[in-house]
Amino acid sequence: MKPVLELKNIKVNFDTLDGNVAAVKNANIVVKAGETIAIVGESGSGKSQLMMGAMGLLAANGKAEGEALFGDQNLIGMSKDQLNAIRGEKITMIFQEPMTSLDPLYTIGNQLIEPIRRHTNLDRSAARECALEMLTLVKIKEPERRLRSYPHEMSGGQRQRVMIAMALANNPQLLIADEPTTALDVTVQAEILELMASLQKKMGMAMVFITHDLGIVKRIANRVYVMRKGEVVEEGDTTTVFAKPKHEYTKALLDAEPSGRKSPPSPKAPIILSGSNVRVTFNIGGGFMGSPAIQLKAVDGISLVLKQGQTIGIVGESGSGKSTLARALLRLLPAQGAINFEGRSITDFDKTQMRPLRKQAQIVFQDPFGSLSPRMTVGQIITEGLIVHEPAMTKAARDLRAIQALEEVQIDPTQRNRYPHEFSGGQRQRIAIARAIILKPKLIVLDEPTSALDRQVQKQIVDLLRDLQKANDLSYLFISHDLAVVRAMADFVIVMKDGAMVEQGSVEDIMDHPREQYTRNLMAAAFNG
Amino acid sequence: MTDAVAIKGRSLWIDAWNRLKANRAAIISAVYLCFIVLLTIIGPNLTGHEFTTQYPSYVRVPPSLEPYPKAEKLDQEIKEIITRAHLTLKEWKQEGGRFLVSVTSSKPIDDRVTRYLDRSDSFKDGKVESKSSDGLEMTMSASVQHLYFFFGTDISGRDLLTRTLMAGRVSLLVGLLAGMVAVTIGVLYGSVSGFLGGKTDELMMRIVDILYALPFTFFVIMLVVFFGRNFMLMFLAIGAVLWLDMARIVRGQTLSLKRQEYMQAAEAMGVNSWGILMRHIIPNMLGPIIIYVTLLVPQVIILESFLSYLGLGVQEPMSSWGVQISQGSRNMEGASYLLIIPALFLTSTLFALNFIGDGLRDALDPKDR
Amino acid sequence: MLRYVFRRLLTAIPTLFLIITISFFLMHIAPGGPFNMERGIPPEIKANIERVFHLDEPVWMQYFRYLGNLAHGDLGPSYILINFSVAELFAQSLPVSIRIGSWAMLLSLVVGSAMGVLAALRHNKFIDFFIVTLATGGSTLPTFVTAPLIQLIFGLTLKWIWIGGWHDGELAAAIGPIVTLALPQLATVARLMRGSMIEALNAHHIRTARAMGLSDFSVVVKHAMRGALLPIVSYAGPAAAGLVTGSIIVETIFQIPGVGRAFIDGALNRDYTLVMGTVILIAVFTILFNFLSDLLYALVDPRVRYD
Repeated sequence: MKPVLELKNIKVNFDTLDGNVAAVKNANIVVKAGETIAIVGESGSGKSQLMMGAMGLLAANGKAEGEALFGDQNLIGMSKDQLNAIRGEKITMIFQEPMTSLDPLYTIGNQLIEPIRRHTNLDRSAARECALEMLTLVKIKEPERRLRSYPHEMSGGQRQRVMIAMALANNPQLLIADEPTTALDVTVQAEILELMASLQKKMGMAMVFITHDLGIVKRIANRVYVMRKGEVVEEGDTTTVFAKPKHEYTKALLDAEPSGRKSPPSPKAPIILSGSNVRVTFNIGGGFMGSPAIQLKAVDGISLVLKQGQTIGIVGESGSGKSTLARALLRLLPAQGAINFEGRSITDFDKTQMRPLRKQAQIVFQDPFGSLSPRMTVGQIITEGLIVHEPAMTKAARDLRAIQALEEVQIDPTQRNRYPHEFSGGQRQRIAIARAIILKPKLIVLDEPTSALDRQVQKQIVDLLRDLQKANDLSYLFISHDLAVVRAMADFVIVMKDGAMVEQGSVEDIMDHPREQYTRNLMAAAFNG
Repeated sequence: MTDAVAIKGRSLWIDAWNRLKANRAAIISAVYLCFIVLLTIIGPNLTGHEFTTQYPSYVRVPPSLEPYPKAEKLDQEIKEIITRAHLTLKEWKQEGGRFLVSVTSSKPIDDRVTRYLDRSDSFKDGKVESKSSDGLEMTMSASVQHLYFFFGTDISGRDLLTRTLMAGRVSLLVGLLAGMVAVTIGVLYGSVSGFLGGKTDELMMRIVDILYALPFTFFVIMLVVFFGRNFMLMFLAIGAVLWLDMARIVRGQTLSLKRQEYMQAAEAMGVNSWGILMRHIIPNMLGPIIIYVTLLVPQVIILESFLSYLGLGVQEPMSSWGVQISQGSRNMEGASYLLIIPALFLTSTLFALNFIGDGLRDALDPKDR
Repeated sequence: MLRYVFRRLLTAIPTLFLIITISFFLMHIAPGGPFNMERGIPPEIKANIERVFHLDEPVWMQYFRYLGNLAHGDLGPSYILINFSVAELFAQSLPVSIRIGSWAMLLSLVVGSAMGVLAALRHNKFIDFFIVTLATGGSTLPTFVTAPLIQLIFGLTLKWIWIGGWHDGELAAAIGPIVTLALPQLATVARLMRGSMIEALNAHHIRTARAMGLSDFSVVVKHAMRGALLPIVSYAGPAAAGLVTGSIIVETIFQIPGVGRAFIDGALNRDYTLVMGTVILIAVFTILFNFLSDLLYALVDPRVRYD
């Protein structure tokens, strides 16, 4: 079949303060009419910049070289006017950031109509009809009313639907989708993917899907290109590549899904933490003179029991209250309900009473860039807890402990006088773990510790956490929206939605036989392979 | 194993310093500012003039690298002196660096008449060389007193160089001290407000909002006019006006710091308020504060100059650049250097401070670029 | 919306009240009074004058008397210019100040925005550096330096403009004060606009607009510039009020009979009612302009809704 778009020897360079950085070194990609290809790679692999370069959408300091053939026209080096006749009509794009990809100052209708009128001869009312039709096609409810809405009045999923409507309005030959579902909740992700697949069938355009998620690739793409460090390392039919990966990197990527199951602790294991009917309410708004505050129930009557050596996975989408619950259990937030730690009620403990207990219960956060103080060395960061809890310890002894802790998390201890910004995301997360284990705690709250990391690094961190648990008989409260990681880490799962518990049970029960529809949706979205 | 040699890290401060060093405008400005500061501290003692000394012979003389008096002026000068002494000039001539003046009079001449020469700004050590026996004729000698006025003199005949440096000392000092007042109040207020949060924060910020609505320039003027032109009062007034911005910035910083995960991590580790303040808040807030201070000092200098310009700030015989610019603009017809020189000093200092502030901002907070 | 307007006006009252109270007592607890300076006034006559103006009453009584008069819209008589009321003085000086101020505002908004947009579109090119340098200069140089320099260069040396006096607002007389007043604002507007325009041009929705093949004009003017104008809108309110304050210096230097001059004359002569009147006038302006700019903001940005 005739190719729609053929990328030959594309190079993309950025002129930065640190000199010239090559984002794409040499990439060749062919998209044939009507097919869906996926470009897969981890962050920084250059997969987005490749398509941006071809479409003339690079940042001001970026420069693309090579040939991007659309028919017999080379998009690279084309004048802006020529390019604008193709962009938005023959080739269109949708992007990762649904919240910011639409202009906040204009109505949805205005933004849909503008490109239609630019590329066709339709008058205003005909273009409006077309926009309305598109909104119906992408299954936006009350399309007539939505035409008059502003982006901020819609949810992320709805906005992404609007973006799709905008991109397909002019019947393009090719749609480039740059991580269109990454920023969305898993259940919404599944809906958007389904919509895109069905529209592709209906309208017959070719599709380029840029993603880091192999699950999506498997589900949607005919062919796949694997990119790493600005180069295409493997290409082929999706089924072939998944079944028989040739390149080492592809193998590693495919193997990166966390595997294995954790067995439950012995029934005799002592209880570390228990909470019953825990509730957290936030007051929103309300001031001195303003209207009365609105009460938001962030956590609404959750009970749980965590035993020594156990990992409870708390699962839910953003806003489900799972992080709030964990912070409330550690008494970092005011909460109602009874909380016991090692058999003692800590419900009414104040700051001073809690301080000695803080040694026993540590927390590891999601963001490996925000959770380490940028002005302290790694050594200072991980020993801060020792200054608090073992004030008698000498500096040398603290240093020794720091070395041990770093070795445990497999960081070279000679690096301990470096600063956080000198480490990669995965290393930083290891440092955060070292800070938690240096105090030899009984319980660690893991608040999405792997969500900001690439799949491969994720797997390493999961392995490390499991090893540490085994070695020290630790208890984990593992918070995540990623069911694949939860399946590998936890032996007990609590599913949360809007602050309340949907269901709970052993990891086998929940993963293999979910009872509630919500859990089934989550499962379907996560394991769509 | 345990004695693993630790590699030294590259802290954000070192990063910032390296970035700052690469910023040529900021470095040149810093060097220039140091030069100006040194000049205003030691300069007034090196010019050879007191900043209060008036030279009635040299009122509004233009800047010159040549010494005064100029040769062509000497004849007129001597005639004037002799007339003032009620004598008659016979002749004057220059001989080996000394001036010989022969005078006559209808009455016997007193020896003390040489004081008339000494009293003039142009001559010194007047002596009687010879005197006729009847005392009606006398020859006096005196050496020329060479005075340098590189920047000329002002309308009262005072050396403008000395006065400009003195004025600079005052302006910079006011800038620094009133800046400190504003920063101290602002940092305390803002950090308390942000740290306590909740209703207290809301109340404290509402007060700031109300203060913002007050026409403060007018208040400062009123304060200064009605309570007398007092140096301390000026500090207070300026400090009281400019702390508002600082308070807002610091509060914003504190709030955003509180949301940082490493702050939550410290809290979860049981670190007490003191430890959080010393190890986390202060080191992370120092950058924005330093930036703000360098940008605040020029504002203070401008406000002080503004008040002085209106005659409400620094008072004679003290001076500040604002006072000088005010006097200069009143006398710019025919003596534009009186305006241009202090204006040049003031603006170059303001520019330097701004460049340093911008450089620090780029260096300490590279995200803002 | 109406409720919001009503609430804003309602919160303005305590602010205004606070300003009046502070100013009034500040003035009256200060030593000296309007008739102390003119030596040679016999004590009996001084007492007489003070009785006429109720200055012999306790301060709190004067305060309530003043508030009472104010409630009827009466700003009182000027103490120094005996034959004029404060309102009459404003009737003469305010139009002058407003004329200069509004021209300066217009100049700085139009030219400043244009310069800012130009710099942003040519980011990191020569014209950008040129405009940034100009703007830095403009916002660094204080008015009391630029004003005499403008007088010196364009008035005394080149003789293009008159260096003093109002002359009923003739161009040669008005251009100096207008430009001097506009310069710092113009520089600030240019810097603000440049910054917000650079940010707007890098926004995700601009990338969308480009990807949809929209024309450069639409991308820059319709999508980037409207958003970039938002900071200017919120800056313009306080700036407009500030122009009247900034006019103190300009009106003094260029000898313009405006409100700023009136305030300085009043303050130096302890003309209590004139000073109070000016303070109230400025406060009202400040509140009003802030309010207007907030309303305008809501018109431009649909995300902001007041209710």
